[in-house]
Amino acid sequence: MTEKTPSTQKLPASLAANPKLSSWVRFSSDGHVAVSPGKVEIGQGIVTALAQIAADELDVDIARVRMVRASTAGSPNEGVTSGSLSVQQSGRAIRQACADIRQVFLFAAAERLGVGPEVLEISDGTISGPGNVSTSYFELADEVSLDRDASGGAQPKPSARRMVTGHSVQRLDIPDKVFGERRFIQDSTWPGMLHGRVLRSELSHAALVELREDGARKLPGLVAIVRDGNFAGVVSETEVDAELALAALRKGAKWTSREALPDETGLAEWLKAQPSELSVIASKTASTQQARARTLRRQYTRPYITHGSIAPSCAIAQWNGDRVLVWTHSQGVYFLRADLALVLKIPLENITVEHMEGAGCYGHNAADDVALDAVLLAKAADGRPVRVQWSRADEMSHAPFGAAMTIEIEADLDAAGEIIDWRHSVWSNGHTARPGRANLPALLAASELANPFPRYIATNPAQANGGGADRNSIPLYDFPSWQIECHRLTTMPIRTSALRTLGGQANVFAIESFLDELAAERGEDAVAFRLRHLSDPRAQDVIRAVAKRAGWKGEKRDGIGYGLGFARYKNTGAYCAAIAEIESTEDISVRRLTIAVDVGEAINPDGVINQIEGGAIQATSWVLKERVRFDRERISSNSWSQYPILRFSEVPEVDVEVISRPEIEPVGAGEAAHGPVTAAIANAVFDALGLRIRNLPITRERLIAAMELAS
Amino acid sequence: MPNIRFRLNGVETDLDADPETSLLAILRGPLGLTGPHFGCGAGECGACNVLVDDRAVTACDTPLWSVANKDVITIEGLGNAQKPHPLQRAFIAEQALQCGYCVSGILISAAALLNRNPSPSNAEIRAALDRNLCRCGSHNRMVRAISRAAAEMRKS
Repeated sequence: MTEKTPSTQKLPASLAANPKLSSWVRFSSDGHVAVSPGKVEIGQGIVTALAQIAADELDVDIARVRMVRASTAGSPNEGVTSGSLSVQQSGRAIRQACADIRQVFLFAAAERLGVGPEVLEISDGTISGPGNVSTSYFELADEVSLDRDASGGAQPKPSARRMVTGHSVQRLDIPDKVFGERRFIQDSTWPGMLHGRVLRSELSHAALVELREDGARKLPGLVAIVRDGNFAGVVSETEVDAELALAALRKGAKWTSREALPDETGLAEWLKAQPSELSVIASKTASTQQARARTLRRQYTRPYITHGSIAPSCAIAQWNGDRVLVWTHSQGVYFLRADLALVLKIPLENITVEHMEGAGCYGHNAADDVALDAVLLAKAADGRPVRVQWSRADEMSHAPFGAAMTIEIEADLDAAGEIIDWRHSVWSNGHTARPGRANLPALLAASELANPFPRYIATNPAQANGGGADRNSIPLYDFPSWQIECHRLTTMPIRTSALRTLGGQANVFAIESFLDELAAERGEDAVAFRLRHLSDPRAQDVIRAVAKRAGWKGEKRDGIGYGLGFARYKNTGAYCAAIAEIESTEDISVRRLTIAVDVGEAINPDGVINQIEGGAIQATSWVLKERVRFDRERISSNSWSQYPILRFSEVPEVDVEVISRPEIEPVGAGEAAHGPVTAAIANAVFDALGLRIRNLPITRERLIAAMELAS
Repeated sequence: MPNIRFRLNGVETDLDADPETSLLAILRGPLGLTGPHFGCGAGECGACNVLVDDRAVTACDTPLWSVANKDVITIEGLGNAQKPHPLQRAFIAEQALQCGYCVSGILISAAALLNRNPSPSNAEIRAALDRNLCRCGSHNRMVRAISRAAAEMRKS
């Protein structure tokens, strides 16, 4: 079909980009249906949610659904699995594709059975009509070709008729994981597989000025030493051999640092002083001018934060002549392929990139970097597959970080203390340097080669796509006028890219902290103050729900504080309100988080709760503990002891209420809680101690400093 | 000539290997048991936990020689789909994970706890898991699942 029919205009974006039905769904005569999304499992349960949608729309039991891992060999190209968009994008596409497919099969069955399609029913894949006539998807699989484009002509089922979505089903991947089956890329082995390791300096931006190979050459199992400029590595028969060869090579290496890192103690000012690109994100002028009585200005900061995946990044690559096959836990197989083609200078079709599950990544970690490492090392492996895994230290010092941010908010108040103008400015590196977006590769080793590519400087997605550093910087509150600006740094001594919520966590922290302060100053209740400034009923509902559930502002007790935070993720996604209950003894401990969330239709309610709980706990860890440490030459927080995260005994209780709206298109849940929880904890600290902590993380040192300042 | 002998998941195992090699490298390499995961290599995250004589230890920094003549149990030895351990059943029932990379080590820590304390309180469960890191934030579900498994094991 080459002509565009009017109905294709209505196709969901992912389906419009990949209209061929057979690229999404295939039936086999053995009674299974293969569903092939372009999105990937990163521990968020997406594959199960998509299987639910397919099972519902096709009327097959979910046990018949086989989910296919994304591969550039044939999967629909759905870009990257990020930004809590998978249910929204892939889910809508699969729902519409399956509705179309169901209709195609109904017509084919009608023809075969000699009845009208309107009298047919489908139950678990069996298509039956009056007088006990029946056939099935599986029987018809060979004669009905799905090599046709989606028409968008079939109407997906209304929410009331969906039987599988909207109910909590057990995730398809969990049994393998509790039985220790080989599901992760880190655990997969291939015949003849070799092991590679890349030699990287502890220094950032290091030049390899000398490399003596003699020590490593003597070791058993060594297959090759690879050197290309500042990129060096080993390939060995076994993983132990590779580790020993790497250690020997490290002894023979001399490095120098080529670029200084910023002064960690003056980070907020450093961000403001760097060359940057200014964007006006939003601007609104009041219809009537009000008299300004005073202006309040506050500054908030967030440090660099590491992704901290529990698994170091890993990839496997195998060359066959001038073609290469890559297994990766990248979030975007097509994007990774594009960058590999730029570095290798070979056509896209010579590269196949196939997804395998890794550990949770929480954004753009080293998954893509290690894929290029494996491809480069595998060149020396004579056609054998090479598995490369990063070290914990490399993962925590050379993978991209979530960007540090400085945020300044000014509010003009009238004589009654009402907000009449609001100005919000962000200074930060860009929040995405993912591969595949530019004609410059974003992969680490590309900048290390003898003929290096320039280092890719992180950018920000457009506000229409959720924004980057500016994500959630536009208030949802009805202030009469505002000016929102973002300064993106054009230098990048510390590598940054996407971490869950991009700038959303810090912007929500800043807005909600400041609002809390303004409400407190007026002596107005934080819940009432917010409700008074919100006209969106879904926003009001999550705030009311969380206040009710948490018993907002119960008895005031010594050392206990309560705080509220609210946001709609990206201003277009999930609504989320959180109330934190904290206890302040020597340290701040978060005892309980109560959260209300509205994701529209919740495909798998327990999956939504799982994502919200996880996001809330991760945010608590960021707020109380996390900060990338560095001196002028190196990232020093390169182990778990140098970069502590929240432990079991420190984890708060998390109580989640999902406000169900089955009639509203679903949005993702994975990033909804981070901003509201961050703000709720900070506001609870004020409630307990009377201290406004505006610099994250909220550590004991920060509390002591704030107390000294206050006294 | 084999130079190390230990019981692995109930089976006498003889190995000829450098005794200084980490137990984790031996399990994942020559022995092909990839349930214990490499996370940090420094005993700081617990993803590689295995039971050695009923105690949870980090296999990544345990030298092979130190398990000579001992009982080593990995996640594969705890149970499988055909014969699941109550902890594994409970983790499925509670959907107690997100990415699951840390979970084999956490199940091992939990098994060690239930061996020495069949009725742990929530605080005792949290304390027993304090050396295991989970980045996805599935902690509370895991604690619930362990309580559930403990209750089930007390009944049987």
